Amino acid sequence: MDGGKRLGVRTSMNPASHPYTSEEMMTIAAARKFRNRAICFVGVGPPTAAACVARELHAPNITLVYESGTIGSKPTAVPLSIADPELAETAEFIVSVPEIFAYWLQGGRIDMGFLGTAQVDRFGNLNTTVIGDYQSPKVRLPGAGGAPHIAANAREIVVILRHNPKALVPRLDFLSTPRCEGPITLVTDMGILESEPATGELTLTSHFAGISVGEIREATGWPLVIAADLSETPPPSEQELSVLRCITSKRTQLGKTTLTSANHNRLAAA
Amino acid sequence: MFQVTTLREAIAEFVHDGDRVALEGFSHLVPFAAGHEIIRQRRRNLTLIRLSADIIYDQMIGMGCARKLIFSWAGNPGFGLLHRFRDAVENRWPRPLELEEHTHAALAVAFAAGAARLPFGILRGDPRNDLFKYTPAFAPMACLFTGEGVTAVRAIRPDVTVIHAQRADKHGNVQLWGIVGIQKEAVLAAERVIVTVEELCEQIEPVTNGMVIPSWVIHAIVQLSGGARPSYVDGYYGRNDESYREWDTVARDREQFLQWMEENVLECVPA
Repeated sequence: MDGGKRLGVRTSMNPASHPYTSEEMMTIAAARKFRNRAICFVGVGPPTAAACVARELHAPNITLVYESGTIGSKPTAVPLSIADPELAETAEFIVSVPEIFAYWLQGGRIDMGFLGTAQVDRFGNLNTTVIGDYQSPKVRLPGAGGAPHIAANAREIVVILRHNPKALVPRLDFLSTPRCEGPITLVTDMGILESEPATGELTLTSHFAGISVGEIREATGWPLVIAADLSETPPPSEQELSVLRCITSKRTQLGKTTLTSANHNRLAAA
Repeated sequence: MFQVTTLREAIAEFVHDGDRVALEGFSHLVPFAAGHEIIRQRRRNLTLIRLSADIIYDQMIGMGCARKLIFSWAGNPGFGLLHRFRDAVENRWPRPLELEEHTHAALAVAFAAGAARLPFGILRGDPRNDLFKYTPAFAPMACLFTGEGVTAVRAIRPDVTVIHAQRADKHGNVQLWGIVGIQKEAVLAAERVIVTVEELCEQIEPVTNGMVIPSWVIHAIVQLSGGARPSYVDGYYGRNDESYREWDTVARDREQFLQWMEENVLECVPA
């Protein structure tokens, strides 16, 4: 929900040659899922940084699509939102919001959708609406946005989410986005889960270096199925890390060079 | 039928207590200054309509302007949750806020239907999420030709739509470009239309991806440079990310919020 802005919530892993955080590993693992030449719909939050890394590295011919209507954007810094100037200025073309949803998404033109969420269940259904009861929620979240139609119309979905039992839950507080009927991949800051074709259940197929299956089980709110061919996720290469850090630091600098809001609001009303 | 006027007069004449009001803009061209004037004129019982409700709606909700929100997403772009919106929904402060909650695709077809004076818009597939239980604007239906299951979404018809655009010519034709969101549909769905613009010019030159909204569907045009700050205007100024960051802190506390509104909105002289 809050983008990729918090760095390393878990301890650094595998510091053999170049230390990195689990957050960085998550973004890089998600970036690797962007297939070159695929048409990818990039959702709000964590997917934005992953999309930038993918385009800079293994997927230069990717087409990035955002719900603000920008198609073929080529961001070189992590945008703050899915309607940032960077995405508009670098787009191949821009369409209206009704058009992006009707013609491009619902029209079946999207290969992969990338989403963040607050909660996911074992079948890949998502909640971004409330924690608690809908009519008197404990925490009111932003809501469904474009996600239901991304999941319903993209051929496959990748969800990016920090791994903890409050996020990977046995039962959603609210069903905002029903699961994609195609393949679903869940990339967390501990490993990778993929939907098992026969049952649709999210199964652990890869764990990050330095994180045990036991730890991942403990952080999952349902009895986690482990794939027979479980592998260790290759750690980030130096190139992946340097690209990620470069595009992330560019955004931080952008935020610091602007005027304060008080000035801006006074100007607006002056 | 349009008039070039001041912001104060435009809001006073065209935005009334109890109106259904859409201030549209998808992170770009957000009509902040107009929202602030609605707050200053202390409009009440508004139904606010918006796809991506952001901090201008957080401010209007926190100041007690809204009775109801029709929306598909409500957040601070890049920074997460809207704390005044949360306080209204979770604690009913400063007053209860009724919700009519959509998805982006649903609200998009609802606006398009409103612009076309159709009773409803259509989405592919049956409604399957929990919103369907709470939002009376959705209904499952079968295609009359094929029997395919689709979702009907009731049309949206605002009493007044407010947008911000790059410029208007002396005849009142408005031009906008860049991320144009759902502004055209929101304008054409509405009974009354207010447009604030960065500049008034003799003649508007064609621009790539430019859209023209003709004078004869507009009621008031207000020249207001900076009228979208702290959001951005393609070709004029960039987005002030720091304001959005600051809002995440300011809006967390009721007192701090009220003080900020006093200093930055209520005490400001409108254009």
